[in-house]
Amino acid sequence: MSDNATAMKKHLLSINDLTREDALLILDTADELARVSDAPIKKLPTLRGRTVVNLFYEDSTRTRISFEAAAKRLSADVINFSAKGSSVSKGESLKDTALTLQSMGADAVILRHGASGAAHRLAQWTNGVVINAGDGTHEHPTQALLDAFTIRKHLKRSSGNATGVGEDLSGLRISIVGDILHSRVARSNVLLLHLLGAKITLVAPPTLLPVGVEEWPVEICYDFNEAIEDCDAVMMLRLQLERMKSAFFPSAREYSRLFGLDRERLLHARKKPLILHPGPINRGLEISAESADAVESVILEQVANGVSVRMAVLYLLLGGAHE
Amino acid sequence: MKAVLSSADITRALTRISHEIIEKNRGTAELVLLGIPTRGTHLAERIASEIGRIDAGEIPVGTLDITLHRDDLRSRPPRPLTPTRIPAGGIDGKRVVLVDDVLYSGRTIRAALDALGELGRPALVQLAVLIDRGHRELPIRADYVGKNLPTAHEEVVRVAIKEIDGEDSVSIANAHE
Amino acid sequence: MSEQNSGKFLLTSIRDLDGRERDIRIAGGVITEISSGGELDGIQHEDEKVIECRGLQLLPGLVDLHTHLREPGREDAETIRSGSAAAAMGGFTAVHAMANTDPVADTAGVVEQVVRLGRDAGYCDVFAVGAVTQGLNGRELAELGAMAHSMANVRVFSDDGHCVFDSLVMRRALEYVKQFDGVIAQHAQDPRLTENAQMNEGKVSAKLGLAGWPAVAEEAIIARDVLLAEHVGARLHICHVSTAGSVEIIRWAKARGINVTAEVTPHHLLLTDDLVASYDPVFKVNPPLRTDVDVRALREALVDGTIDIVATDHAPHPKESKECEWSEAANGMIGLELALAVVQESIVKNKMASWRLVAQRMSISPARIGRIDDHGLELGVGIIANLTVVDERIERKVSEIKSVSKSSNNPYRDLILPGKVMHTFLHGNLVVHQGELVRPL
Repeated sequence: MSDNATAMKKHLLSINDLTREDALLILDTADELARVSDAPIKKLPTLRGRTVVNLFYEDSTRTRISFEAAAKRLSADVINFSAKGSSVSKGESLKDTALTLQSMGADAVILRHGASGAAHRLAQWTNGVVINAGDGTHEHPTQALLDAFTIRKHLKRSSGNATGVGEDLSGLRISIVGDILHSRVARSNVLLLHLLGAKITLVAPPTLLPVGVEEWPVEICYDFNEAIEDCDAVMMLRLQLERMKSAFFPSAREYSRLFGLDRERLLHARKKPLILHPGPINRGLEISAESADAVESVILEQVANGVSVRMAVLYLLLGGAHE
Repeated sequence: MKAVLSSADITRALTRISHEIIEKNRGTAELVLLGIPTRGTHLAERIASEIGRIDAGEIPVGTLDITLHRDDLRSRPPRPLTPTRIPAGGIDGKRVVLVDDVLYSGRTIRAALDALGELGRPALVQLAVLIDRGHRELPIRADYVGKNLPTAHEEVVRVAIKEIDGEDSVSIANAHE
Repeated sequence: MSEQNSGKFLLTSIRDLDGRERDIRIAGGVITEISSGGELDGIQHEDEKVIECRGLQLLPGLVDLHTHLREPGREDAETIRSGSAAAAMGGFTAVHAMANTDPVADTAGVVEQVVRLGRDAGYCDVFAVGAVTQGLNGRELAELGAMAHSMANVRVFSDDGHCVFDSLVMRRALEYVKQFDGVIAQHAQDPRLTENAQMNEGKVSAKLGLAGWPAVAEEAIIARDVLLAEHVGARLHICHVSTAGSVEIIRWAKARGINVTAEVTPHHLLLTDDLVASYDPVFKVNPPLRTDVDVRALREALVDGTIDIVATDHAPHPKESKECEWSEAANGMIGLELALAVVQESIVKNKMASWRLVAQRMSISPARIGRIDDHGLELGVGIIANLTVVDERIERKVSEIKSVSKSSNNPYRDLILPGKVMHTFLHGNLVVHQGELVRPL
């Protein structure tokens, strides 16, 4: 059986923790688990007796519920620990919290935190598995995995393969549009989509691209109309309006005119691209109100896919013995 | 390594099992065959086609992955899942025959019964295996057995089949071989 | 300074800066005899302690122009006593304690207290750096004259930790300290370009999602300040130069005759920003670790004299300030005890520089910039015996070295570094002997 065993790293802190084979294994496992989610009884005994802690220092009901559902469908015990705003003000450090959770017998900690690298730090302090559910402006690996899963399902299916199982994303052109600089979703997606063979174009005003982006395996395009012409999928990032105050762009109106997605922009596309958004949408800002409705369906599908992908990650990291 | 069954022996055993299945179920109505990956899947397909040949009909056949229901997950690194494919008619009210290559402790079958329970409610479940090597750890027995093979604990039963291994054979080896 | 200079020592067969073996006699706090090569008369004086120094290198006692001793205010991180002991262990006989204490060293009272505590500890001469502006606020000048004329005799002024960003305040400060031959040591950092900055801005920050501290934020301030110094004819010192671009600007300014000096820290000579990938804040420092291109430029500049001195920017922090998320963590690393080892690793081991150059950059030049007379002296009969003896042949795992600093934010802990300070003489007294404090803390 050892030939079947997977050799994934202990934690999922960054997409860099995954090989191409690991990434495909997660997607294929998610594909299999998605069928379970369709079954009448949505519960598997796989992680019975395991304790999973959702440690969330930032509000993110979406991500937390998704992980919670995934863990519960695998019969893990779930402890929700919402630490928003409490850690620093009450003097308990992340390290203290980590040690507390460990003594409570947590087998895995799913961490959402406002500081880049927080998951890396946590992994240095705890014996359990650490899964990064978004750290500052660094990464959000499970979001990228579910994006890749959705893209594959839509764009790599064929007559004999309804979900694209086993396929990577080679040959696909994918544009990521918006505030790349501050986006953990973008960072994880660039790494993962590249790992899976897609061609990536980043579309953003130069102020919202990090210095050093020239080292990334991507093309940069400042003209959304040009980028959308030939692309298979467009990933719209959520824009935080407070960015305006720091002179990243002049006004919401100008931003949405140059980098928003609306019906006219879609006319430039030669093929009808799949449109993704991590949600929730700022209607009228990064996506026009009328296009948003069209996108909503994929967003809802993303929610379901998110549970499957997170079940796969939990199963692969917690479902067996780690030496 | 000691050869136990030849290719011809295996074919004969599967043919006999096919006949027994028809006989015991008084025909093929409501019959569904589910193989347990990976070799069980192929054995189920062979039995299904044999039954089909005998009875001139098409027997629904699928595959049932039991990984997520195993009780020994924590003793080894995580395993990749194999597909579960249930025939279009489902399993509710059907006569399900599980097919596996070797019956040993019974734990795999226990996991298979759990997995089955989540997919529906069959009218009855039967078990067909190519080899029964004994050493049961659970109150489970097979309805159809290709060959009963007394073994010692430390021995390993190796089943090879054409679809995976390029040939059909069953042999016994010592663990260190 | 107040210790009775009672020690009598004979250092035998020690190597001077020109590589010659000499015997050196110390008594009454000064060097009394030096053999011209080979042995001294051979007669051992009464009460004289003979220290065999064959194979060891003699250096003038090291002088640090940039040390954070944390007292008053953060005695949990370091005290003047523990910090000056760490300095002695690192071969320093003089340190300049930075002004960003609590209360800030912006009055004669605070700077005098710092100097007095240093003298009481007796490990190392402690000089006080005065704040440029009141409470480091960047707006109103502190009482620079009062500090200069106090018992502390302050000549170096700095808001280190903060940049004197207001051009007019900087101009006035440069002008004002001319009257007592002071120097403004600028922490060059444009605050707007570095809001919430976490690390060097470049390919590593892009990957790690940490807000960038661009090189230009340092270089733009240096460019402005050298022009200001030229305009008002004043003396300017640039703290912890960290970028290749800064080196170019300083080189240009010096060629133009501008009275500017500059320092580089040990860590900027050795470490680079890819270490941040661990997110371990032991590597968080301001200015941040840069790229290997910068490290190379800084080493070359130190050797060719564009950068005048090495200064430690020793910045102790208690454990809890580093055992946290990167963005929550304090900036700074300790450096006194290993500064010489890091310099040896960076420019001596690879033959870029000689021990004479090290003496110039770590003792003689910093003493001249700080306007202190008893340190950084050429070897000669009659000079005050502030001396350091180093064994350059020893290599040590940093993790196994016992530190006397109260803090342990040591970025070199995974390295093996060459050289060990064997003996330190302060005013003719042995304060470190065989790598141990003569008077333990």
